[in-house]
Amino acid sequence: MKIKRETKSHELVRRLKYNKSALFGLAIVSIIVLCALFANYIAPNNPNPAPPELANTLKPGFWSEKGLEGAPLGTDGLGRCILSRIIYGARISLSAGFVAVGIAMLLGITFGVMAGYYGGWVDSLIMRIVDIMFAFPALLLAIVIVAVIGTGLEKAMVAIGIVYTPQMARIIRSSVLSIKQMEFIEVQTAIGSSDFRIIFRHIIPNSIAPVIVYGTLMLATAILDCAALGFLGLGAQPPTPEWGAMLSKSYSYIMSGAWWAATFPGVAILFSVLGLNLLGDGLRDILDPRLKI
Amino acid sequence: MKWYVTKRILMLIPVLLGVSILAFFLIHLAPGDPAITMAGEHASPQTINAIREKYGLDKPLYVQYGIWLKQALRGDMGRSIVSNDYVTKEIMARFPNTFELTIFAMILAIIIGSIAGIISASRQYSALDYTTMGFALFGVSMPVFWLGIMLMMIFGVYLRWLPIGGRISIAISFHRITGFYILDSLITGNFKAFIDIVRHLILPAFALGTIPMATIARVTRSSMLEILRQDFIRTERAKGLSERVVIYKHAARNALIPVITVIGLNFGVLLAGAILTETVFSWPGIGRYVVKAVGMRDYPAVQGCIMFFAFTFVIVNLVTDVLYVYIDPRIKI
Repeated sequence: MKIKRETKSHELVRRLKYNKSALFGLAIVSIIVLCALFANYIAPNNPNPAPPELANTLKPGFWSEKGLEGAPLGTDGLGRCILSRIIYGARISLSAGFVAVGIAMLLGITFGVMAGYYGGWVDSLIMRIVDIMFAFPALLLAIVIVAVIGTGLEKAMVAIGIVYTPQMARIIRSSVLSIKQMEFIEVQTAIGSSDFRIIFRHIIPNSIAPVIVYGTLMLATAILDCAALGFLGLGAQPPTPEWGAMLSKSYSYIMSGAWWAATFPGVAILFSVLGLNLLGDGLRDILDPRLKI
Repeated sequence: MKWYVTKRILMLIPVLLGVSILAFFLIHLAPGDPAITMAGEHASPQTINAIREKYGLDKPLYVQYGIWLKQALRGDMGRSIVSNDYVTKEIMARFPNTFELTIFAMILAIIIGSIAGIISASRQYSALDYTTMGFALFGVSMPVFWLGIMLMMIFGVYLRWLPIGGRISIAISFHRITGFYILDSLITGNFKAFIDIVRHLILPAFALGTIPMATIARVTRSSMLEILRQDFIRTERAKGLSERVVIYKHAARNALIPVITVIGLNFGVLLAGAILTETVFSWPGIGRYVVKAVGMRDYPAVQGCIMFFAFTFVIVNLVTDVLYVYIDPRIKI
């Protein structure tokens, strides 16, 4: 008789199938990823036509007869197609989120593993720094870092990555602490494996589940914070079609009755964050059932 | 209990010291020489050197930090480069505005969030439960600034029910005493101003309170569901207590304990959200001030705001932890 072995990833897929909200989240995230990947093919117009088509300023979309053909969600204050800008914006927001979370993971894993594995003064030092960074609301710390290193999309990504590092480091540390206690690690030490080998072959692969879960959830907040920085004029700068930056002029848009220019970029942010949250919650239920909130 | 509180307060000291070090050195990492910024681009080297000496900028960094910390402990955070006024004074002038906004947002969040959670849990899997939780799900994913813009657009611009920004209408005469607008209007018995102030407060408070509201609703629901499964609830139902008494008097009381932690944790969300909400609604608070200060590279002001926010955040966390122990006698210190 052959025993079918189920790998971790098979189990993940099987269990995801039964989690409707996670599937829904995955569907939203997939749509946004597709938009980001194929923006050149999907977007009906150039997101940044040069020179700007000022004759088309603030035209409504498909719901109105006055709308422009080819700009189904209307145009913004410089006559640019909002739908196209949102589609291109997916590229920017997603990559900003990935870079920020990537930085947080890299730094978080490094410091978290160091703290958890070596313990002692290394642990105390790292955790005290983490405590200090936790004394700031995340967005404020990001704003301050941007104030120091300068504004712009790349810098906003770095700032958010740094801000999320302590959270990641704490998660990794606690995961490493519990793995370190296990017998197979003791075996590794007994047979004389080097610290390097133990950390990279055994500790990190076994503590990766919470990293995936919290990485997904963090991606949602990273996109949100990046949009917030863009909105405040500290992140992506115009004419970059970043969702938050697209909203920073919305005050004048709503005053001139162009509700669409202030609405749709926000809807895009809302749905990507929602999708990632649903997916992250679903992954948490599957990969880390102890951590239910 | 007393020992626990003392210990927690003592533990705050190194954290706050660390915060001050971070605030001080982060700003000093920033490009640009503050002496040149203060003197102006075209100042003579003599003037720049004079300023350097006057503000101690020629001393080594750790000495500068020491001087700065000593002054900060006395409540002197330096002068703003932009307005040349004391940063502490500028912050204190804006503090009541941010305070009223966040407190109102929190009250809204706690009341609506916990009631929604309790109702949802007591009718689990009903249409009402699904709708409430659907709203809550959207609520936690909402970009605060966008929600603010939408509220402003719907209720301010289209329906014209509420004002779209600011603290009080210009046309209303109003006597300030403490700086807390609501309090002042009540003290002076200025009812007209009171109504106007509350009308200005509604939209920003709702925008700011939505995320904590949604989180509180979700946590209350799950904690309530757990309580409702316990034996003492079954006993109460068995002895014939009405469902209302069981849910509101016995279950809800226990279910709200974990909510306190969530409220504390959400305070950070609220402070960060205040930065955005104040910008959207031109609310003259500290959040808007810090954004402006960053834009103008007014580093003493930024420093002051960081210290203020971190201080508030740390104190609130302490209060929540202490409250938690106080309210839930099962937690042993």
